[in-house]
Amino acid sequence: MKMTRRTTMRALASGVAMSMLLGANLAYSADETVTIGYAVAKTGPNATGAGITTIPNYELWVKDVNAAGGLTMPDGSKRMIEVIEYDDRSSNEDLVRAIERLATKDKVDLILPPWGTGSNLAIAPLMDRFGYPQLGVTAVTDKAPEFAARWKRSYWMLGGGHDYAKGLADVLKAAVADGTLNGKVAMVSVADGFGIDLVSGARPAFEEAGLEVVYDKTYPLGTSDFAALMAEAQASGADSFVAFSYPPDSFGMTKTAQSMGYNPKVFYIGVGGAFPIFGKIADGKEEGVMSIGGVNAASPAIKEYFARHIESAGAPPDSWASAITYASLEMLAQSVERVGLDHAKLAEDLSTGSFSTIIGEVKLEDNQLRDLWWVGQWQNGTFIAVNPSDKDGAVAPVVPKPNW
Amino acid sequence: MIRLAIPVLGLIILAGLPMFVSEYELGLMIGMATYVALASAWALFSGHTHYISLATVAFYGTGAYTVAVLNESLPYPAVILCAGLIGAAMALLVGLSTLRLSGIYFVIFTFGLAELVRQLITWYEVTITGTLGRYIFLDLTAQDIYWQMLALCAIAIGLTAWINRTRLGLALRAIGDDEIVAAHSGIHLARTKLIAFTISATLITLVGAVASPRWVYVEPLIVFNPTVSFLTVIMALLGGANRLWGPLVGAIPLFLLFEWLSVNFPDTYPIFLGLMFIGVVFVLPNGVLAGLDDLRAWLGRRGK
Repeated sequence: MKMTRRTTMRALASGVAMSMLLGANLAYSADETVTIGYAVAKTGPNATGAGITTIPNYELWVKDVNAAGGLTMPDGSKRMIEVIEYDDRSSNEDLVRAIERLATKDKVDLILPPWGTGSNLAIAPLMDRFGYPQLGVTAVTDKAPEFAARWKRSYWMLGGGHDYAKGLADVLKAAVADGTLNGKVAMVSVADGFGIDLVSGARPAFEEAGLEVVYDKTYPLGTSDFAALMAEAQASGADSFVAFSYPPDSFGMTKTAQSMGYNPKVFYIGVGGAFPIFGKIADGKEEGVMSIGGVNAASPAIKEYFARHIESAGAPPDSWASAITYASLEMLAQSVERVGLDHAKLAEDLSTGSFSTIIGEVKLEDNQLRDLWWVGQWQNGTFIAVNPSDKDGAVAPVVPKPNW
Repeated sequence: MIRLAIPVLGLIILAGLPMFVSEYELGLMIGMATYVALASAWALFSGHTHYISLATVAFYGTGAYTVAVLNESLPYPAVILCAGLIGAAMALLVGLSTLRLSGIYFVIFTFGLAELVRQLITWYEVTITGTLGRYIFLDLTAQDIYWQMLALCAIAIGLTAWINRTRLGLALRAIGDDEIVAAHSGIHLARTKLIAFTISATLITLVGAVASPRWVYVEPLIVFNPTVSFLTVIMALLGGANRLWGPLVGAIPLFLLFEWLSVNFPDTYPIFLGLMFIGVVFVLPNGVLAGLDDLRAWLGRRGK
């Protein structure tokens, strides 16, 4: 065969094409990704909660996993995560449609849950039908055992209203036994799902703990002036003030208590108390304020998580559901490493396996996370967990709270 | 004959579509059918009378809440019947007390009505039942919901077509043109408005009742979302609220546009939404269908 310029060119070209094909093949096997989809509220009333607790943790986790080369598969190979995200506009109708899209059109490998109790319930039947495991973190519900039984692949990881009320009753009861508190409680609650759940858990729990509720008022959602309510609570003779409130209310009550010089020995507020911004709201006087949740501030894993969260999202996480959200994702990654992406096997492993996460060793009981912090308190600029007092990492509550 | 045959044929084709589409597409079709039904039902009263009602979500939410309250104690058809009756009773009550209001006062009242109903239900649940969220566990598939919603669309559009041909439709148009003249020509204003308002509100209540099993969990804040009222109005206006097919022509493209925006621009979609609202009001104040007629007339004049 004569080596003409034409044949040389042809040979070269086909060689290049061959190697490109080969290269493409190689690149394909290395680049095969795991697609993870989620629909969360980026607009509308749920956007605040999703923006603080859910979205930053999803983003941080994906960043962490991909920085480490991707999700580890059972055979030891690694696959990068590719994210598909939708805005549910805080509407359940849109959310349901987004989940249908993720499952049937995008055919994602895994679906992460939305923010909020109602949203998690709205997608539960769909997730069940499509077979996806649902690691519901931001859903506080006393019906978790029923739901876990109804939808076998759903997991409920933030407890119910009764748990938090019972934890608070324990803290108050101990302080009454010490003689620090007079046993009288003034209690206010927001007339919305969360407030009602907690207050209906608190009434029997407080009674059982031998506490006397001398003031018990409900206020409508969206109330912005708390002066009258707080004045009545102050005049009620109670030295513990308990509010099952939403973030704007929690902040408003703190401001009101400060401006009117109301200094109960226990000052407890609902959602928002564990937000990193609370210190600023309280004008730097957050010391001693109690609220829902808490973290084991002495844990190196938590400290490191806070640092990474600040670096990734530009703000520290909240000290209640954020760390649990991140831990649920760590569980998912560990399950995938053990059994791969098959949904039935994943569900089985999530129900029965144990996981090492930033909140410690986790094992679910009947698809629920029960090893949780119920009450936390601001101490020296950190919101740390005080109840259950026998859980590893709990610190003693400071009662009475120092004056504002 | 043809005028009747085409819609019937279309309805049959639409009813058969679920066999051929994916679950997501079926979800889209449910969404479209929901807004076509809402916008058509809304236009049944507001289209001709020009009374802009923002009470859509008050009835829609009531329907959903009725299902949430009754779904465990009554069979499904009875639940839907109850929802319709409650919607009609509420519409009569509201209509009797407010249809004497006119213009901006009516708009403000209807906007407040949704809030009023939401607060009443919240108050009742907090003080009487001591719980707020309710669950809907009904074994209805997406197809069932789609078919029911399609039936509601057909009823809403069919009723509008029928009313347009009756004395009631004539009376409504007269009221929309000039209420005082209408009264002087012997039209019973209050009764005419009340009948149309009640039919429209009952249909809207039924839409809420049929849509609700897809949400599983219901609380006042979820079902009384004012966006539903605004979307309904803007969809009907875009297509042309006084045309039979106007609400449908407005609802389908807008619904698809919102879906496309939220899929592709999850972070910036509210900005597009706002711009579009402004655009509709400025560019097509009488709706797309009227705009097309104008265009045709203009072309016809040029042709001569």
